[in-house]
Amino acid sequence: MLLASEAVASPFPLLTALVLLPLVGACVVAALPRRRPEITRLVGLLFTVGTGALSIYLLAKFRAGEAGYQFESKHEWIPSWGAGWHVGIDGISLFMVVLSGILFPLALVAVKPHHNEKAYYAWLLVLEAGVIGSFVSLDLLLFFLFFEVVLVPMYFLIGGWGYDKRIYAATKFFVFTVAGSALMLVAMVATAALYNKEYGRYTFDLVELTTGGSLPYRSARLLFLAFAVAFAVKVPLVPFHTWLPDAHTQAPTAGSVILAGVMLKLGTYGLIRFGIELFPEASHHYRHGLMVLAVIGIIYGAICATMQTDLKRLVAYSSVAHLGFIVLGTFALTTTSGNGAVLQMVNHGVSTGALFLMVGMIYERRHTRQISELTGLQKVAPIFAGAFTLVMLSSIGVPGLNGFVGEFLILLGSFRTARWYVVVATVGVILAALYLLWAYQCVFHGEPDEANKTFPELKLSEGLVLLPFAVLIVVCGIYPKPMLDRIEPSMTRILQRVEAEVPNFVNPDSADATEGEGH
Amino acid sequence: MLQMVWLIPALPLLGFVLLLLVGPRLGEPNSGRLATLMAASSFGVTVAMFFALLNREPEEREYVKTLFTWIPAGNLTVDFGFLADPLSITMALFVTGIGTLIHLYAIGYMHGDPKFSKFFLYLNLFVFSMLMLVLGSNMLVTFLGWEGVGTCSYFLISFWHTRDSAATAGKKAFVTNRVGDWGFMVAMFFTFQALGNLDYLHLKENAHSLSNTTAAAIALFLFIGAAGKSAQLPLYIWLPDAMEGPTPVSALIHAATMVTAGVFLMTRAASVLHVVPEIGTVIAIVGALTALFAATVAVAQNDIKKVLAYSTISQLGYMFLAVGSGAYVAAIFHMVTHAFFKALMFLGSGSVIHGMHNEQDMRRMGMLRKLMPVTAITFIIGWLAIAGVPPFSGFWSKDEILLGAWGKSPVLWAVGLVTALLTAYYMTRQVIMVFFGDARWESHAEEHGAHGDFKPHESPWIMLAPLVVLAGLAAVGGGLNLPFTHGTKLLEQWLEPVVGEFEHHSSVTAGGKFGLAIAATVASLIGIAVAYSIYEKKRRPAIEPEILARGWRYDEVISSFMGGPGRKLFEVTALADAKVVDGLVNKIGNDTQDIGNIIRKIQTGYVRQYAAGIGIGAVLLLVWFVSRGVL
Repeated sequence: MLLASEAVASPFPLLTALVLLPLVGACVVAALPRRRPEITRLVGLLFTVGTGALSIYLLAKFRAGEAGYQFESKHEWIPSWGAGWHVGIDGISLFMVVLSGILFPLALVAVKPHHNEKAYYAWLLVLEAGVIGSFVSLDLLLFFLFFEVVLVPMYFLIGGWGYDKRIYAATKFFVFTVAGSALMLVAMVATAALYNKEYGRYTFDLVELTTGGSLPYRSARLLFLAFAVAFAVKVPLVPFHTWLPDAHTQAPTAGSVILAGVMLKLGTYGLIRFGIELFPEASHHYRHGLMVLAVIGIIYGAICATMQTDLKRLVAYSSVAHLGFIVLGTFALTTTSGNGAVLQMVNHGVSTGALFLMVGMIYERRHTRQISELTGLQKVAPIFAGAFTLVMLSSIGVPGLNGFVGEFLILLGSFRTARWYVVVATVGVILAALYLLWAYQCVFHGEPDEANKTFPELKLSEGLVLLPFAVLIVVCGIYPKPMLDRIEPSMTRILQRVEAEVPNFVNPDSADATEGEGH
Repeated sequence: MLQMVWLIPALPLLGFVLLLLVGPRLGEPNSGRLATLMAASSFGVTVAMFFALLNREPEEREYVKTLFTWIPAGNLTVDFGFLADPLSITMALFVTGIGTLIHLYAIGYMHGDPKFSKFFLYLNLFVFSMLMLVLGSNMLVTFLGWEGVGTCSYFLISFWHTRDSAATAGKKAFVTNRVGDWGFMVAMFFTFQALGNLDYLHLKENAHSLSNTTAAAIALFLFIGAAGKSAQLPLYIWLPDAMEGPTPVSALIHAATMVTAGVFLMTRAASVLHVVPEIGTVIAIVGALTALFAATVAVAQNDIKKVLAYSTISQLGYMFLAVGSGAYVAAIFHMVTHAFFKALMFLGSGSVIHGMHNEQDMRRMGMLRKLMPVTAITFIIGWLAIAGVPPFSGFWSKDEILLGAWGKSPVLWAVGLVTALLTAYYMTRQVIMVFFGDARWESHAEEHGAHGDFKPHESPWIMLAPLVVLAGLAAVGGGLNLPFTHGTKLLEQWLEPVVGEFEHHSSVTAGGKFGLAIAATVASLIGIAVAYSIYEKKRRPAIEPEILARGWRYDEVISSFMGGPGRKLFEVTALADAKVVDGLVNKIGNDTQDIGNIIRKIQTGYVRQYAAGIGIGAVLLLVWFVSRGVL
């Protein structure tokens, strides 16, 4: 039933379709006969590619330069609570959706499960629906629903198709996140209740909550903290990070790709959407705490990464460091650093996704991820090594490739409001080179021994999967402008909320902009 | 005409892309020829740009070509743009010119290498990056090139990556350079915050409005970056190890071009240094100390390339001494002449190594002038140039630097003079050990395996031709900037629009200048004479103390710190993560499970247990919120 909404609804509910498509796919896959794995694979691929194509269509239709939500649609769900099916995307969620749309088919086509294909593809599709649903939700309860839905398929993917310690890792992952989101649920309910107390009606609608009027600061700060903990677990920020290396290491390759590429972004995205946008004053109030954790994460994650003996764990710890940069950029509260943070979410998804894929390919060939057991691969598989090098340089943040642009914008922007955090965080850039080059030297340089002598070269099919990653790495590094043009208005809008609520806060970017116009 | 400036880097980039696509199919020697052609065309375009610039009035010799907006965000836009001015075109001229010669040489040197086309792919990528570095219209485009050359340097040092020492050296170079890059990045952040812009022209015009603290921060952090890239104290440690790379790489990257990037950067920032001369003093001191330090180490090296590596560090120290003294023209002058004679000597050493079947130990050489006459003669010209013997190029440029140093402080001048003496000494030692004295390679012939009739041989013409050209340049390169009249100071006039207003002009009289030049020449001759009597006449025992041979043990101390306490710290952190942080998590998990086991007696399964956990937790929290009066 359509609410007589003031929001301009698009003629066709694209976003709703985007969420439902993979869900329908999951049902179809589940209904297929178990004995024909190649058909389930094909159907799964069809639905993820369809979803991906739809997300690209959204990207093409998205009106750049607009700050608000687009493709909105709004339906009643639980009217008495003020909860509804309200979906829409702005320049920030747009790229999260597109990233998901691109990564899922690639992850799906890259790896074949070794057993029970039907359930595997069904869970993967449910996961996609949940992830996209989270990114498009503009209703607190709806977001919570999707945020929780995501856990279930991931739990089963790790537990069902993971490696030897998978049950431990899956449980750890599940418990950590649930513990965090329990807090968030409470905070959501409390937010609606408080809003009712102040303004006389219940609502879980993000747009209403943010435009209707603000909550008392003292309560809002507590609520923000509850949200922040939930997202900090998801990001993860130190010290809530220890589920990540286990989950990553034990997850099947596709799981790791999605986990790093998309799911961690639920945390950083949440911090922007349900942190800064929903609680601008509280975000400003607690920004130093979060930036301290972020900078600790950057250095700490990198140091731990240098000491890993398992290639996958190394990449996992590098994620802790990279996500630290994103949180730093988010809570430095400048347009520049915020843009960089959103850009970096995409970049990290691309480069870390590709790293996990390639580590997966190494495991498929050698049945080990131990750095000490791999050596001299560049000599026997130079193309494979070349592809790995490109992805590695992107992850290190070499300019000209995607990783640099985000990192640079984060640091440059944050420098204006958080100078000394940046001076320390930039040290993380040195450390990133240290652990990745060390690993590269051990694995790829040197003379190959008996076991590595027969390491097969990159196959054409594998190359085709990696090609989109390589293209994104180069294109986003050289011409990020189209992305930034879409991110910036939304980021500015969210920071304007902080400016409106915090009297002495000025976003240095917007201040200069008006000054510039005056000239 | 000048709008075609983007072609200069585009051509080697095209070469890189072509080699990436069809390199292996082209094979040897065509892939090398393609790469050389690209470098040569780029040189051709640069020459055209040079004349286009020359045709303009001096004050109009600034041209910015913006290709597109690279990074827009907030009120920042960084353009992907190029700046053609006398400084950038000077750099581009010798980068592409010497680059082309070295490409040509490498066709001969890399003959038979299974990764022949890969080598030229990297070489073209390097030239592209280096040109981005010098032609960038803002600090960020320079930084793109800066990291690009660092990455290529990494690829090329570890080119023979199956050798462990090569792989390690490549990694060391990259990571050490990253320490410098940290400084460069922080300097950009300061600049952007103060000026809202990273453009060089903007920086040049507005530097005077910077506060002293900000200007000092920008200059100091930039210098950290420069010290990393240009191998100055305390970050020089990667350069001697970088000699693991093929010799054309050492000549191109680790002598003529990349390592001078730091000097270039500080010259670009001359306007900032002008605001804070104190930082100039710091730079001059670091430069002088590096020059002296590296020269002392060079006197005791036995590896033919290690001598040249330390010599390069020392000569770069000279350039920083000049920059710090405000003698920017002298710095660039020496950069150019050094590019000529050091590239020449590296290529010459490569010819020797080639002719000696990969032998690099000078103690096993000697008397090679008989067997490698062209290599010997060209190398000797390089030696005369670096030793500061008039009228060879090095004499003129070194003289300018010493003059600048005198203006800053006589102490700095004295350090520079001692370095000049040492330079003449160790280079003479090298020339004698390699090309004169006894033929010591005969006794070691059997070590070269099957070559029963081992005999060093002269290199093919494709390697010798670049040597001859470079020898010519090394001999007459001083003509670029002769100190006699204003009219003979061509380089000074040419660079006037870029650095003129920041240049510290010496107040020394003509007679004083002559005296300084005499002193420098005498120092050089003493150095040569002492080395001659020790190594040729064997009148005195050699002075090669262990401590100098080991580079004052500086590198060893750093390595043992990194491998010892540094590594320990990292290990402890990782261990703490596994045992303390995660240990705590697991403990909580286990305890919960214990409690869960009790609850399980009431409950029936895990999922419900979780559900109960969520429910109970949520209720408790709600109660807590209510009790706090939030609701």
